[in-house]
Amino acid sequence: MNTEETTHRVKPASVTRIEPRIGPLTRIRELLRYRELLGNLIRKELKVKYKNSALGFAWSLLNPLLYLVIFSIVLQEFLGAGLPAFPFYLLTGLLAWNLLSNGLAGATGSIVSNSNLVSKVYFPREILPAASIGAAVVHYVLQLFVLVAAMLLFGWFRHWDQGMVLLPLALLVQLVLLVGLALLMSSANVYMRDVQHLLELALLAWFWMTPIVYASGWVQQNLMNKSPLMWAVYLQNPMAPIVMGYQRALYARPELRAGDAHVLVNAPLEWYAKRLGWTGLVAVAILMVGWTAFRRLETRMAEEL
Amino acid sequence: MTQPAVRASGISKRFKLYHERASSLKERVISLRRARYEEFWALKDVSLTVDPGETIGLIGPNGSGKSTLLKVVAGIMRPDTGSVETTGRMASLLELGAGFHPDLTGRENVYLNASILGLTRRETDRYFDDIVAFSELEQFVDMQVKHYSSGMYVRLGFAVAVHVEPEILIVDEVLSVGDEVFQRKCLDRIRMFQKEGRTIVFVTHAVDLVKQICTRAAFLHHGELIEAGPAADVVRTFRETLHGEAHLEAAPMTERGTGEVKIVSVLLRDDEGRERQIFQADEMMDISVEIESQHPVEDPCIGIAIYDERDRHVFGVNSIKRKIDLGTLDGKMRVRFRLNRLPLLEGRYALTVGVHSRDERTAYHWQEKAYAFRCVNVGPDVGPFHIPTEMSVEPL
Repeated sequence: MNTEETTHRVKPASVTRIEPRIGPLTRIRELLRYRELLGNLIRKELKVKYKNSALGFAWSLLNPLLYLVIFSIVLQEFLGAGLPAFPFYLLTGLLAWNLLSNGLAGATGSIVSNSNLVSKVYFPREILPAASIGAAVVHYVLQLFVLVAAMLLFGWFRHWDQGMVLLPLALLVQLVLLVGLALLMSSANVYMRDVQHLLELALLAWFWMTPIVYASGWVQQNLMNKSPLMWAVYLQNPMAPIVMGYQRALYARPELRAGDAHVLVNAPLEWYAKRLGWTGLVAVAILMVGWTAFRRLETRMAEEL
Repeated sequence: MTQPAVRASGISKRFKLYHERASSLKERVISLRRARYEEFWALKDVSLTVDPGETIGLIGPNGSGKSTLLKVVAGIMRPDTGSVETTGRMASLLELGAGFHPDLTGRENVYLNASILGLTRRETDRYFDDIVAFSELEQFVDMQVKHYSSGMYVRLGFAVAVHVEPEILIVDEVLSVGDEVFQRKCLDRIRMFQKEGRTIVFVTHAVDLVKQICTRAAFLHHGELIEAGPAADVVRTFRETLHGEAHLEAAPMTERGTGEVKIVSVLLRDDEGRERQIFQADEMMDISVEIESQHPVEDPCIGIAIYDERDRHVFGVNSIKRKIDLGTLDGKMRVRFRLNRLPLLEGRYALTVGVHSRDERTAYHWQEKAYAFRCVNVGPDVGPFHIPTEMSVEPL
């Protein structure tokens, strides 16, 4: 390495300002500059997870399959409450749910578990929870491929259905929601470590508030009979419209959509799109709150760890 | 050069010192309020400008805020007031091998660590062979780093760090790790950086190193910037401040003895012959005792003893046991005790000086704990004694 090469390499000077508060625009610029680090950290999480394991990625398929077996036995054999093509119904919701729960669980602990980095090296801290989410997304996409492949194998998709446009929309809304919550939880966890434990409880309750194991059509029917308000409240859980969106996109054959089938919500495609749109707005609001809180809490992270 | 490499203006940083840190919600609910804490200003309105190509050393005793300033400049901590402006790519060597994951191979960790330090993948590709050659770990790059020895780990970390080739390099005590060969390699590299016109900001406890390699130095004390300027001047101020601070008063003198021989004076000096009461660990201490007799006294003996704050006898030396013959004392004589290395870390010490007869039956002049000195710890270790220690870790 000679000096000529070195002088050649010195780039035009870039000025960095470090101030008590972090402005959103500066931060976005920084995040763009560090996008390569994000990729590397995601790769690291995936590599570390399956290093020294014989089954590797297969493990991430075994977990949903075990759930499938348990719920099939309980619901269909014990309770006799069968849904047509139950495996496809369950996995459509469960895989999306796992994206949320694994992403959140990983992201919440991400800053604390990387304390050696946070207190020794500078980079935008958002990268850490984002990397956990990134790893969860990679898993989800791979699992989704396996699910869709299985559906194709069983001749589930006969022809193109308009409802499939809900798939990218649901994924986008879920990602915004996930990032917003992850920013909030991961920074709060630095100051109060029991956020992690609280999260476990919250996820348990949240799981059953979301139509994954049971059919959303049943819920609509039962709650509407009691009061339409209860149904409206049920839909305020942001994960409910997201999971319903996935189900409408992948699971909904015409005969399952009919009102008397009571499997899916009896509503036109526009209704799904509108619910997802509204949930998207809520998710953006959560993202703004989460990110603002994160930047606030970030100023003292290195000392609190 | 118009734009300074680093311009810190009016930096203040407040820490919260929790008495009992309640880090769980339950504890907070039970105590019904936020954890009690004291505020502590680690930095008070510090302004410092570093020009491109300069090497500046931050010095100060433990807790002076020098490491905090370094972390603020590096962006790891945010100031409560003020701002820092840095021009050019910066890399902080606060930890070698930051983010190394034990389960990943050396190769994978090089890429990860390089991207944490701000290198792109393409740049890392280009320097990968150089990095491995510099670390001398060619045979081990595809081995998981958990099987590395601590020396190999540090070598790989340093190899990546120096190839980031930043315009501004932030260094905190990294030069104190590793063996001597490695340290020399680090120093060579720093000199090379200097020649290439890069800016270096570093914190160290080794004040002599600052004089050796820095063009400028900044002295921090209790969070305030006392002086910034040419390294030699600042180091002098640092030493004087540290040594002049808190003039020690010895306990009221308790004396006894027949007075046939008198202790005229006892002086504590450093290696440059200056009188001092405050010493740093491993410094040289010269105790010179002047004694005098009116009439010839045959075969007097002299000894000193050092006691710590809890009155424990820490050290003693005397002329009988050392088999040193003072001969017959008639008039004045100077006896010097040269303590080549004072292995005491922190604390107040009392010094007893006594002159007595060879059979130890008669004390001519005995000054019990009549002199005091203090040792201040400017290094990273703790405890009463300084035992020179090398640390290493071997994965099993």
